[in-house]
Amino acid sequence: MARPVRFNIHPKQTDIHDNIAIAEMPDGLNGEGYFATNLEKVVALGRKNSLWPLPFATSCCGIEFMATAAATYDLARFGAERMAFTPRQCDLLMVMGTIAKKMAPIVRQVYMQMAEPRWVMAVGACASSGGIFDTYSVLQGIDQVVPVDVYVPGCPPRPEAILDGFMRIQELAGHESLRRRNSEHYKKLMGSYGIQ
Amino acid sequence: MTNETIQQKIQDKFGASVTGFEEPYGMLTFEIAADKNIELLQYLYDEPDLAFRFLTDVTVVHYPDDKGRELAVVYHLHNLVDNIRFRFKCFIDIENPEINTATVLFESANWQEREAYDFYGVIFKGHPNLKRIMNVEEMDYFPMRKEFPLEDQSRTDKDDEMFGRGGSVI
Repeated sequence: MARPVRFNIHPKQTDIHDNIAIAEMPDGLNGEGYFATNLEKVVALGRKNSLWPLPFATSCCGIEFMATAAATYDLARFGAERMAFTPRQCDLLMVMGTIAKKMAPIVRQVYMQMAEPRWVMAVGACASSGGIFDTYSVLQGIDQVVPVDVYVPGCPPRPEAILDGFMRIQELAGHESLRRRNSEHYKKLMGSYGIQ
Repeated sequence: MTNETIQQKIQDKFGASVTGFEEPYGMLTFEIAADKNIELLQYLYDEPDLAFRFLTDVTVVHYPDDKGRELAVVYHLHNLVDNIRFRFKCFIDIENPEINTATVLFESANWQEREAYDFYGVIFKGHPNLKRIMNVEEMDYFPMRKEFPLEDQSRTDKDDEMFGRGGSVI
């Protein structure tokens, strides 16, 4: 016997009033039909609210990240639903998990393939410092091979902590000077990692 | 086939080269002169009553205080028909850590011996491709030897005080 088809005969009307996150407008001159602000703030607004993460997940922190990206915690609320596994399109490298010394050149290569501006987040104790794996085979923190912007502590961190780290990256992206990536200071930083 | 009959057969064949028979947790264990390892493996493989045709594991133990016989190469064998296992050990000098390769008999020994080389620096003579398998190729020591501490010695940010050892806190 065929099963009866059920229709949603009492659809719930969506309530979009005051229910959608809208990025705050930057400071500027506002008037009838025009809005003037500086370019840096507009660019920062765009960058901040559409960071494309590249998840580099090697262990349990990666599982927490999957929860972060899924419905309950919903990383998409921050404009970051577009995970990509091609470094050339991404802005944010999220390294989650133990990086063995044999893996270190791959992390570095992925970082070098990313286009500027790029940010790096070390999620969890292992990516930040080697964690409990204080041993001959494990890299003692990814900051030995790539510069890191935000460290998220925890073993593994809860999704809230990853979101907090992500919001700090947003903060950095939102307040970054457009000239920073061309500055001597930045070039020196890259030079200290042997990256041109 | 019992441990006693295996021991009897091996002793009849190899005489004084095999020593130190014991049965920890019921598993037959003995020692054989390092230059006889392949001869023994071949005998165990060919002899129809024994037929130990599965090399479960090749591994190494480091005994730093046992001068002249620091490294023990351990072979684990399995008879798949009668489901009997045993192990034997060959002790070699760490100054000259050489032993004949089991790859002439077991293809599976290839990676197992590479791993043993990687971690303990045992040179398996005649191995077709004896290079590091697990660790980074630039590594210039054998990390599982006892003289190397487990912890990464390249760290500069490690404060011994935080780990409750050394430092100003006693």
